Amino acid sequence: MYRYDEFDHQLVNERVAQFRGQVARRLSGELTEDEFKPLRLMNGVYLQLHAYMLRVAIPYGTLSSKQLRMLAHIGRKYDRGYGHFTTRQNLQYNWPALKDMPDVLHDLATVEMHAIQTSGNCIRNVTSDQYAGAAKDEIEDPRIVSEIIRQWSTFHPEFSFLPRKFKIAVSGTPDDRAAIRVHDIGIQIVRNGKGEIGYEVYVGGGLGRTPMIGKKIADFVPKEDLLAYLEAVMRVYNMYGRRDNIYKARIKILVHEIGAEEMKRQVDAEFAEIRKTGALHLPAEEVARIQAYFAPPAYETLPDESTELNKAVLADRDFANWVKSNIAAHRVPGYAIVNISLKPIGGTPGDCSSDQMDAVADIAEKYSFDELRVTHEQNLTLADVRKKDLPAVHAALKAAGLATANINLITDQIACPGLDYCALANARSIPLAQQISERFSDLDRQHDIGELKINTSGCINACGHHHVGHIGILGVDKKGVEYYQVTLGGAADEKTAIGDIVGPAFTEEQIVDAIETIVTTYLGLRQPGERFIDTYRRTGIDPFKESLYATH
Amino acid sequence: MAQHSRKGAQFQALTANRLADGIVVYLTADDRWSESLQEADVADGKADGEALLARAQATVATNIVVEPYLFEVTRDEDGIRAASVRETIRQAGPTVRLDLGKQAELPGVHR
Ligand code: HEM
Ligand code: SF4
Repeated sequence: MYRYDEFDHQLVNERVAQFRGQVARRLSGELTEDEFKPLRLMNGVYLQLHAYMLRVAIPYGTLSSKQLRMLAHIGRKYDRGYGHFTTRQNLQYNWPALKDMPDVLHDLATVEMHAIQTSGNCIRNVTSDQYAGAAKDEIEDPRIVSEIIRQWSTFHPEFSFLPRKFKIAVSGTPDDRAAIRVHDIGIQIVRNGKGEIGYEVYVGGGLGRTPMIGKKIADFVPKEDLLAYLEAVMRVYNMYGRRDNIYKARIKILVHEIGAEEMKRQVDAEFAEIRKTGALHLPAEEVARIQAYFAPPAYETLPDESTELNKAVLADRDFANWVKSNIAAHRVPGYAIVNISLKPIGGTPGDCSSDQMDAVADIAEKYSFDELRVTHEQNLTLADVRKKDLPAVHAALKAAGLATANINLITDQIACPGLDYCALANARSIPLAQQISERFSDLDRQHDIGELKINTSGCINACGHHHVGHIGILGVDKKGVEYYQVTLGGAADEKTAIGDIVGPAFTEEQIVDAIETIVTTYLGLRQPGERFIDTYRRTGIDPFKESLYATH
Repeated sequence: MAQHSRKGAQFQALTANRLADGIVVYLTADDRWSESLQEADVADGKADGEALLARAQATVATNIVVEPYLFEVTRDEDGIRAASVRETIRQAGPTVRLDLGKQAELPGVHR
């Protein structure tokens, strides 16, 4: 994985020292809150309902065991013994005190971590595929491009005061696990007819109050031109993106207003200009230098079948269920990708205790080359585990309460912090996810229902990706009472779709029953082999409307 | 942001977050900041509310709290209660992880 060079170290350490001074001046009153707020936000520090919140960047979701142990330590020392993994592959602490924040950032810096680019109107932490490097049909490891973009965008003076925040995601496989079409820029790594690697570029995707699917404006940007092309997109946005209205400031609004064709024309024109000056050409040596950080680990030559694994599957039903849902195919024979669910039945999606973090760090060190990933669905991934080690990995996860076998099933939900923590929330998200999880806890039933993604946000900002959940739940506030609006048919993969609103919102008492009605309706309608989303696409919304509202 | 104060609210208390650690506090009758809603000064009526807010804003310069605002409360036999879900959660902690923090210390507030 990427290791800091001297510039990175210097940059981050200087930032910590600077923030230490700023916090001291705020506490002594030299800085007013109005002066201080933008400074703390630049360091990932928000003020929430009960306390400050710190958002820690995990670039493209990749972590070493050592880094995870530090996150565990910080959770214990400065927080309440846990952290929350988010849909942006980051980690949030819910309870740190402002006065401790410089120490927290200092501790993070000792393991090459920070909170830069987790807030503010800059290019945010780049997100990517949690299966990077291990996925079967991968064209190129997306972390290489992600790291190049990180280095280019960090503290980039031209892009530090954009009209609004800016999010970039990269996928290296045709199966999109990084939701690239709902990002400001989505990059799909592709190979052309000549076998060269380049990039398909989508712009103007996003969720929030105005959900939009990104439009493709380039079919093949050659490797050496990627930064020049991205710079062209950023220039067009910086020039024409609206600054008069915060709700219209994202690039998606610009693309929507001028159209994808015009956006493409302007970007192409800007790109031609940048190319003329020859700036920002990505030298092959530089790419190779970064690529070397992501060289494949020292895989052993193994038979693809593992007798140990096969035996264990026959002997242990729990293990077999876990293998069925949590294991994905690896490109190297004899290896597997392990998904660790952070969605125990009745738990908080994405929460992980410090003890659990330590346990995962140990498991990753022992069985997966000392490294792990955070997924945008708020789970963790061990990307490179030998198949014959799966029983031992499962046992170790089970001992840490981390062996929930539900990846991609109905209880593997995304939920934002909602009104339990978030100052912007209209309604609670977590308790809803917990109730739904309890309702569908039976594993046989979950397998019968099959792949189904329920995403919940506590307000229109859509941090819980509700628009792109197969079933989306949005919390709304009606005169101080929580209500929940349901959308159906959303998807965040290569067939990205924004869900359709099914009808009037439900009360807190009704919502779990309503979800069950939707599920039962689907089970009644589905044809052999159909997942929920397939059935929905075939039948449309009407049968669901009918069963939800006809009897009321 | 969810509405926490209603225009026609009869009773209002004043809350803020403590600067140093972000903890929720309430302005008391003797101008201290207390972590307990039960110690909060309660304004009766609009004029009283405005006076309460003015007292709070005067203390902002002393750097003890940030973002003070009024919110609606009710009084019953159990004492002062926040009217909205939001303020109830600020008062008594998240409605999840009931093993921790205020959620654990103030049982019975989240009904
Ligand atoms: C608790 C403090 C948080 C605050 C104050 C906050 C605030 C916001 C706001 C204001 C937006 C809308 C931005 C826009 O459309 O321009 C937004 C979007 C978003 N947030 Fe959060 N958020 C918080 C937590 C989270 C968490 C915990 C996650 C992950 C679970 C998250 C992930 C996202 C994502 C993925 C979007 C996507 C929408 C987009 O990019 O269009 N946020 N957030
Ligand atoms: S969706 Fe709304 S409630 Fe949920 S975390 Fe984002 S801002 Fe807060």
